[in-house]
Amino acid sequence: MTVGLEHYLAVAAILFTIGVFGIFVNRKNIIVILMSIELILLAVNINLVAFSVYLHNVVGQIFAMFVLTVAAAEAAVGLAILVTFFRNRGDIAVDDVSVMKG
Amino acid sequence: MALQAIAFYLIATVTVVSAFCVVSARNPVHSVLFLILSFFSAAGLFVLLGAEFLAMLLVVVYVGAVAVLFLFVVMMLDVDFAALRQGFAQYMPIGFVIAFVLAIEMITVSFTVADKGAARANDMPMAAAANSTNVETIGRVLYTDYIYFFQAAGLVLLVAMIGAIVLTLRHKPGVRRQVIADQVARTPKSGMRVVTIQPGQGVSE
Repeated sequence: MTVGLEHYLAVAAILFTIGVFGIFVNRKNIIVILMSIELILLAVNINLVAFSVYLHNVVGQIFAMFVLTVAAAEAAVGLAILVTFFRNRGDIAVDDVSVMKG
Repeated sequence: MALQAIAFYLIATVTVVSAFCVVSARNPVHSVLFLILSFFSAAGLFVLLGAEFLAMLLVVVYVGAVAVLFLFVVMMLDVDFAALRQGFAQYMPIGFVIAFVLAIEMITVSFTVADKGAARANDMPMAAAANSTNVETIGRVLYTDYIYFFQAAGLVLLVAMIGAIVLTLRHKPGVRRQVIADQVARTPKSGMRVVTIQPGQGVSE
């Protein structure tokens, strides 16, 4: 009962799937959608690190760091847009976001 | 080895279950807390893999910054979250079908890749080198071959920071602010006025 690469990949696949599922079922709640995107990026990171470790190549971990950076930036800007939208509209219903287009 | 397997299955179960709770919790605050748990256990998986530096980075960046940011926003916005949940049951069946198919496909690919792919060459995970830690290995590569990417990542963070500030900065009308340029440009002539007052009339602006 040894844990190999495929087990980590399976965990990452399940996490990714949960993220996609979260986007599907929480279509109105943009906060949960952002959290689902974070879950998807976490799954990608697990994949990168697992391959990095099992291929004996540290570059995968460096790329995972960059993914982490982009995820943090995306969360910050996404939440900032959300706060601005809430200030203008008084709620965060995603259906009405199209009113923002110029 | 058995201990490692037990730890893996325990941590993986916690990760997956808490991730599912993130998308299915009624209260978004609970969602964020489950997200924190999920990130924490993913960090545990990274430790199991031997990527200690990324595990600590995950705890610091995700748990310490991103999740707390989510928590602040969820608690700050006064939103009727019950209304946002409508349609949950409606989209549930199609979501389940797509998630199921996606999971089966990706797990199949995962097992095939691990069995027949390039990863087959190394059955054993990367062992820590005798006289260098994970952090040192990453640092040696990151600051030499990938220095430009590292700088670009810093630039991405800078742009995101400025963007977030610009988006949320609010100029309230009627608030008196200090304007340094006006203060510096002041001369005795413009800052002072000599008024000749007639006796018994007082001063009025």
